[in-house]
Amino acid sequence: MRYVEEFRDPKAAKVLLAEIAKVADEIGATPEKPVHIMEICGGHTHAIFRYGLDRLTHPGIEFIHGPGCPVCVLPMARVDECVEIAEQDNVIFTTFGDAMRVPGTKKSLLQAKADGADIRMVYSPLDALELARRHPEKEVVFFGLGFETTTPSTALSIQQAAREGLTNFSVFCNHIAVPPPIRVLLSDPHMVLDGFIGPGHVSMVIGIHPYDFIAEEFGKPIVVAGFEPVDLLQSVLMVLTQIRDGRAEVENQYARVVPEHGNPVSLAAIADVYEPRPSFAWRGLGEIDASGLCIRPKYAAYDAEAKFGIGYGAKRARDVAEPEGTGCALVMTGRIKPTGCALFGTTCTPENPLGALMVSSEGVCAAYYQYGGRRTPDPATEAAE
Amino acid sequence: MCLGIPGQIIEITDPDRLMAMADVSGVRREVSVACILDGPIDGLIGKWTLIHVGFAMSVIDEAEAAATLEALHGLGEAQETLEQMREGAKALEAGA
Ligand code: SF4
Repeated sequence: MRYVEEFRDPKAAKVLLAEIAKVADEIGATPEKPVHIMEICGGHTHAIFRYGLDRLTHPGIEFIHGPGCPVCVLPMARVDECVEIAEQDNVIFTTFGDAMRVPGTKKSLLQAKADGADIRMVYSPLDALELARRHPEKEVVFFGLGFETTTPSTALSIQQAAREGLTNFSVFCNHIAVPPPIRVLLSDPHMVLDGFIGPGHVSMVIGIHPYDFIAEEFGKPIVVAGFEPVDLLQSVLMVLTQIRDGRAEVENQYARVVPEHGNPVSLAAIADVYEPRPSFAWRGLGEIDASGLCIRPKYAAYDAEAKFGIGYGAKRARDVAEPEGTGCALVMTGRIKPTGCALFGTTCTPENPLGALMVSSEGVCAAYYQYGGRRTPDPATEAAE
Repeated sequence: MCLGIPGQIIEITDPDRLMAMADVSGVRREVSVACILDGPIDGLIGKWTLIHVGFAMSVIDEAEAAATLEALHGLGEAQETLEQMREGAKALEAGA
């Protein structure tokens, strides 16, 4: 229990760890026959590694790392399109810092900036809006990226731009939704998933009911969790308890922040500005039905796809293969651990990422690199068997 | 970019646009309070909120704010977010 003393509440953590071990034993979980729990959110992946929760918990619990890092699931084609927009004369391209180092086929946004494109890292789409106000002679494009936590921010910014009548602001919309890829993973006969830790801040926007299908259709428990180590341990215990008792329910461990029905203002803004695309491409997972959002026609003036004829707004879709030798797709779907990728830590490092999973601190390869792999060196195809 | 950070609303800066000044670990940042508005806007002064990419998304109590900040510091996410806020301020000034 090397790390437990570091916790804000080590006593609570110890009690929870003992309780987790007890229930895991009651279920009969062993390292050979583990219970597979997927944490969906990259923030949780980061916390699990940072606090060594994968090592501290009962050895019969196997964490499977989910697709919840928006930078990691961004296809290379989208990065190429960002670069293409950014390199046009008269454009100020604005983005969250996280996206700067994601490799495209030729370059990342960071390299494009070094080559002279006016690319600016902003903290908020509101900063992009302010740039548009200050530079009426420029086209200011914001790279809208992220799950439901981030989607309201661009929706509200577009509404604000419309109210002000700004004509030089647009969003390159790549917003995606959490539930659709979970359905894909649950429908994959190669995946073994016994329960889920649900994302906290996404759920603050959408509430807990979008996960009902996980319990009702697939019979798996899911617990929406906070980000403190003790939150995560408590959520693991809640998932295990459901499994032991033969229940499959959506539970909310993070009710102090997550309202059952989400945030009404955010949901109204999303519904006003966006509509689901027929399908959207995910790195490693392929095209997933209704998993991405696009800007409704009434806001077409703020849609960079329409303005620049790019992305899904282009006449022909861009087809870009992922680079050779990368294990990203297999890691993304939980079939191998990052250490099972031949490039891990050698050609692919956080300084020189080849795949997006190595870019963000929420990417599982970066987490493995930073904090070291877990106790089993590479349970590689375990999940597939 | 996926995790919110706690901040305290200290002043209403633009009631029409629903903008307020927040203190986030000593860094002042203008944020939108559209998502948490529930009554007169002045009533938000002094409240702790969870702020995500410039939007206050949820009102939390002070103890929750302190615990969340500590968790984010442990992950290095708080430092990263504060750095991004400073970068954002710079991006507004920098020329092409
Ligand atoms: S180590 Fe790099 S190339 Fe291999 S799976 Fe991870 S991100 Fe992809």
